[in-house]
Amino acid sequence: MTTEEIEKVDGPADGVPRPAGTTTVTGTLGPTRGRSSEGGALNVFSHGILVLWALMVGVPLLWVLWSSFKDSNGILTDPWGLPTVLHWENWSNAWNDANMGQYFVNTAIVVGGSVVGTMVLGSMAAYVLARFTFPGNRLIYYLFVAGMSFPVFMLVIPLFFVLRDFPGSSLLATYHGLILVYIAYSLPFTVFFMTAFFRTLPTSVAEAAMIDGASHTRTFFQVMLPMAKPGLISIGIFNFLGQWNQYLLPMVLNQQEDKYVLTQGLAMIALQQGYENDWGALMAGMMIAMLPVLVVYSVFQRQVQAGLTAGALK
Amino acid sequence: MQHGKYRFIVGFLALPLLIYGVFVVSPFVQAFQISLTDWSGLIGTARFVGFDNFARLWDSDEFWNALRHNVYMLALVPVVTLALGLFFAFMLNVGGRRRRGEVVAGVAGSQFYKFVFFFPQVISITIIAVIWFNIYNPDPDDGMLNSLLGTVGLDGLQNAWLGEKSLALWCISAVMVWGHVGFYVVLFSAAMASVPRDIYEAALLDGANRFHTFFRITLPLLWDTVQTGWVYMGIIALDAFALVQIMSVNMGGPDGATDVMPLRLYLTAFRDSQYGYAAAMGVAMLIVTMTFAVLTLRFARRERIEY
Repeated sequence: MTTEEIEKVDGPADGVPRPAGTTTVTGTLGPTRGRSSEGGALNVFSHGILVLWALMVGVPLLWVLWSSFKDSNGILTDPWGLPTVLHWENWSNAWNDANMGQYFVNTAIVVGGSVVGTMVLGSMAAYVLARFTFPGNRLIYYLFVAGMSFPVFMLVIPLFFVLRDFPGSSLLATYHGLILVYIAYSLPFTVFFMTAFFRTLPTSVAEAAMIDGASHTRTFFQVMLPMAKPGLISIGIFNFLGQWNQYLLPMVLNQQEDKYVLTQGLAMIALQQGYENDWGALMAGMMIAMLPVLVVYSVFQRQVQAGLTAGALK
Repeated sequence: MQHGKYRFIVGFLALPLLIYGVFVVSPFVQAFQISLTDWSGLIGTARFVGFDNFARLWDSDEFWNALRHNVYMLALVPVVTLALGLFFAFMLNVGGRRRRGEVVAGVAGSQFYKFVFFFPQVISITIIAVIWFNIYNPDPDDGMLNSLLGTVGLDGLQNAWLGEKSLALWCISAVMVWGHVGFYVVLFSAAMASVPRDIYEAALLDGANRFHTFFRITLPLLWDTVQTGWVYMGIIALDAFALVQIMSVNMGGPDGATDVMPLRLYLTAFRDSQYGYAAAMGVAMLIVTMTFAVLTLRFARRERIEY
């Protein structure tokens, strides 16, 4: 029994209503009858619940957007109302007075540096581990991968002292200190993901390059890395989102206000709100912190979903 | 071809390994070491105290209180999140009206739903915490939830939410569920997409309804993914740091009703400077997390179904 045959007997699947009694229903197909009406009821039901959840997720986020254009008074007295006048000054207040501009720049520097660093170092390590046999290969691979299961909470106390007592000068509340830490904590998943990716790439191209006299290093940068582009995009987005939204590590390692990243700045403003009361600026600040993520997510929707769930499907 | 191979390998691995070793592996080892001292953070004053910190932890009501809250969340949050995730994923993939040539189909617009549901997963936990802090605002006019309840005539349900000792922890747990359902919808959708269509076809021919299809086919075939998702969600439930720190009254309040292990650790270390004791909490958290993961994987194991 093929799909087409089922459809033929099971009601107007092609959209053309047939008069009752014209369909040939045989005994064996009895149970399939009536399911289209069940499907209809279920469809309304399932759509209803799906729409409800979509509202529960979407409305709070839209609320941030429209509140970012309202004055504090409007946000507090009428939390559900739409803005009557667009208060653009919230955005400039957030950017200048609430220092979100500074936090944005800090975040961009740290995340920019660490995403690039993670990709370069992570794919170098992964390439070697995926394509070369040498003593200790498995050991190093598992050492990296084991890092995925270390709870970060357990590590923050010693990590604080590693940075504070770093030979030379303290790395606490410095861009390069945070960048190094972000890279280190992104390496386990990056190495895991890119090793799997490099294993899937054909060896023939690399071999041809080697025969033509390219060095290992040159082969990697000019042949293998361009071929690994889809993998690099996935893991790059994954690291960007994770590092942009990082909260615990900067909270512990970056306790100096002029070096705050966006998440820290927002938490501080939110915790102070009770005293200062510029709710409009807080909402605009949240939009400023969210916008890069929203853009990346909207553009790379599929890759983001695939990248973030890849870890759980391993 | 072999020329320079080892030099190349060493050259490519040295820097990543060095950074990883210094900032991840060495703290891991040091955490155990520090947990056996009375270190207060000043260089040279650490004294070896054996398992004193762990004994103190065992006798600490505060820590048990925090651990108990984590265990409540661990029992509730993954069940609800995964159940909702499975339910929505099933609706999106199998719950739709059948179209020509398809035995099972997702509802129309399933891409859109996945896009919206997944949203909280990509935004910062800080933002989620601030948004929900405002939703739970206890004021009947300022608070979004309370004013909504007032508008629809359910004034009786208005509450202090985060300020109410018996509700605060569940309010925070609800945010955790809200934030993660979308991830599991996408995860389970991907897993469902790989179930061969003819299995559903055969079940439909045998007269199975959607209820049976779900429990007899979809769930068993997805069991591996559900199990992994369970461990993931459990680890998230054992954290809850940012949500509690930002949303709760007086960090962990009211009156300790929302305190969790990571917050205890954070305050003990970075407010009270009792690093040795806090490191012992970290080790205890590792033990709790590992125990949970091992137990889940041990008891949830079923015979793997190949298809």
